[in-house]
Amino acid sequence: MVKKLFIIIFIFSTSFTTKIFAIEPDIFVQSTVNRASKLLSENISKEEKIEQLKLIAKDTVDIKGIGFYTLGSFRKNLNDNEKYEYSILFEQYFLKSFSSRLAEYTNPKIDVFAKEVLSKNYTIVNSTLEATKERPEIKIDWRIYTKDPEKPLIRDLIIEGLSLARTQKEEFASVLSSNNNDIKALFKVLKEFTNK
Amino acid sequence: MIKKFTIILITTLALTLNVHAGSDGELLLKKNKPSEVKDCFESVNRATFAFNQALDGIIIKPVSSVYKKLPSPIKSGVSNSLDNLSNLVTIPNNLLQGNFALAGLNSGRFLVNTTIGILGLVDVAQHIGMSEYKKEDYGQTLAKAGVGPGCYIVLPVLGPSTARDTVASAANFLGGDAWYNVTVRNDTHYFRDIDYYSSKITGGVDFRAKNYDSIENLKDNSIDFYASVKSLYLQDRQQKILNVKRIVDTQNDSDWEEIEN
Repeated sequence: MVKKLFIIIFIFSTSFTTKIFAIEPDIFVQSTVNRASKLLSENISKEEKIEQLKLIAKDTVDIKGIGFYTLGSFRKNLNDNEKYEYSILFEQYFLKSFSSRLAEYTNPKIDVFAKEVLSKNYTIVNSTLEATKERPEIKIDWRIYTKDPEKPLIRDLIIEGLSLARTQKEEFASVLSSNNNDIKALFKVLKEFTNK
Repeated sequence: MIKKFTIILITTLALTLNVHAGSDGELLLKKNKPSEVKDCFESVNRATFAFNQALDGIIIKPVSSVYKKLPSPIKSGVSNSLDNLSNLVTIPNNLLQGNFALAGLNSGRFLVNTTIGILGLVDVAQHIGMSEYKKEDYGQTLAKAGVGPGCYIVLPVLGPSTARDTVASAANFLGGDAWYNVTVRNDTHYFRDIDYYSSKITGGVDFRAKNYDSIENLKDNSIDFYASVKSLYLQDRQQKILNVKRIVDTQNDSDWEEIEN
């Protein structure tokens, strides 16, 4: 009886704990967007913004996961050393590309309005980037990786139905195919991009 | 003439490489999947792309940067008028795809916007609650009929396309576009050739201006700009053919399933 009671208390307390710390994907996206938006509206230099954006990206984006997705089935051909080198180069490439793209915006207003749970691991969060005088309203969907509900991570941004991760994957595939599938050629291109 | 014939011949050949009969939703999705579209003429495409980029740098980009500084009401008026004219291609395609109700709705939209909306400058139809306008073209109609995209093609000046869409666009010049018929094809005394060509050029400038920052941003942050544009174009095309908004309809989760952290 005492054992049963102990088990019940244990299960109850475990599920209670999980509920406390699980972060809903839509709330996660809105809070991430708010963080970025606040930073972008600050009166600091573009370089400072870029550095701060990199920190936000490291904290909220599954850079390693996106990196291996971007490589497609080619990742299976890599040895451990190449995988390690790729992960480092991809992170540098991603952070530069991501932060440079975002740093152009000043105080973007993004409203999260819905979410769709695809599976245990994925939820799509729907949002809109408000229109400005320069451009119309833009629909942005976020693919959130929820395998660890306490630490959701962004895996893709789908802008007006166009996936950035898929675009990047096809871009990398093109670089590889035009260089006889030589991973060193991709490493070289990534290094050049990061250093430019 | 010989050049035109050669182009049509090449695109038809490219198209026939990928024509299959029959279609359902899944097949339509698979056929138009960006990764399934072959870049059969990649070196020629890349050369044409470089030419288009040069042209963009010399003419289109500077003109677009001026255009995008115009007051919003002028830009939205121009954009609305161009959308209104595109109904003349959308409506026959709605009919060819068997969407008679949508053809009726778009005809109503065209009438309302052309008259009350002052030649389409104001999108009155939207204000009175008509559903969102979706363009259709002969390429989409062929895709719906089960014709595969064929090879990816970059056209001089016009930009990315597929063999199917290039061949299908010929229908516009063979009587399938009422705007072309009244301006270029037939001498109506009301319109001139220049009206058609200036509307097309304005359409290009309007598109470039709307996407000005995104294009510049993509160019600066791509390791292969040609491949990025190709991917985005084919994704957009797939979405338009399937007429879907939900990304789960075009994105396969299995792409991600092996990426476990």
